[in-house]
Amino acid sequence: MAELNTGGDDKGKKVRSKKQNSGVDLTAMVDLAFLLITFFMLTTSMNKPQSMNLAMPDKSEEVPQEEKIKVDENRTLTVLIGGDNKMKWFMGMPTTPLEGPTESTYGKEGIRKILLNKNKEAKAYSQDVEKGLIVIIKASENATYNNLIDILDEMAIANIGTYAIVDITPEEVEMLGEN
Amino acid sequence: MAKGKMKKKSMRVDMTAMCDVSFLLLTFFVLTSTAKLPEPLPVDTPNSTVQTKLPESNLATVTIGEGKVFFGVLGKEDRKATLEKMGERYNMTFSEEEKQAFSYLEGIGSPMNELKGFLSLPADVRTKQSAAQKGIPTDSLDNQLKDWVQCARIVAKEKNSLVLNVAIKGDAEEAYPQVKKVMDILQEQRVNKFFLVTGLRNEDF
Repeated sequence: MAELNTGGDDKGKKVRSKKQNSGVDLTAMVDLAFLLITFFMLTTSMNKPQSMNLAMPDKSEEVPQEEKIKVDENRTLTVLIGGDNKMKWFMGMPTTPLEGPTESTYGKEGIRKILLNKNKEAKAYSQDVEKGLIVIIKASENATYNNLIDILDEMAIANIGTYAIVDITPEEVEMLGEN
Repeated sequence: MAKGKMKKKSMRVDMTAMCDVSFLLLTFFVLTSTAKLPEPLPVDTPNSTVQTKLPESNLATVTIGEGKVFFGVLGKEDRKATLEKMGERYNMTFSEEEKQAFSYLEGIGSPMNELKGFLSLPADVRTKQSAAQKGIPTDSLDNQLKDWVQCARIVAKEKNSLVLNVAIKGDAEEAYPQVKKVMDILQEQRVNKFFLVTGLRNEDF
């Protein structure tokens, strides 16, 4: 590819040097161009940040107590998020929980198994694929933003259709053992 | 002699066309890529497996980190219009240079009374001191974040007749009450849908 002109040594000198000058060696230039293309291609697609959509219930209008949507306690799972990456969950009402409160952890072995199981059970209970588990997320004062994202991510992984972030009540803070 | 000449000719490939094409592509990518502006407040976003992308236009970002709140809008013209609206609300007039300086900023974190001072700094000093800004006040008495969001939404509605998207970019270590406060401020204005900016987590999580 790269040809070196080491100076003429034979008779055909004139003809040869003319031929070589007719083409410029573009190899290095193409190399550089492709390197830059690759760089720009990769950076443009990686630049876009990811995001997670979150829709919160409208709370501007006060709904009268009677018209509030009633949720089945057999399908309701509440997740309490505390400080130090602690978490507790229970089924049903906070005052008379059907199951729990049980301590759990984030990730594959912890809350995800429970969510998947309970979602299956809830679907079986309601005899309707559309009516799965309802998860209520309550974070305490000591929780971090990371904890909230983690639990929302679990909702996406476990395919939970209905979930809401709700303010924590003093009884539930006590349940978490934080005061 | 003849044999040797033949060999030398076949060694060389004509690169002209390849060079043309590669430079055309290069120009395309250079022009389409947007230069990344320095972040006003560097935050370490939490990771998630959700892969939806953020919208690329018509977006306001509320950045929360170190207990401070920063606010920014996408688009130079929209930024200027938002600043003018805020000026009207707080009885302040901004000069053309200040508007220009503001339109280059990805986000702002100064209370209104300190904003002029921040905008009058030289550009390089401003970039360095960006994270040292006090943050936009979010107290119920002096809720400037509410006004910023409101102004940005009015601008989006009047100029582009679109409903503004709002993204929240929080630091992973940020305490939940601070994030909750911002969400409440947004919900007061019936912004019930947010984009939470996250990083990428590996599949194995």
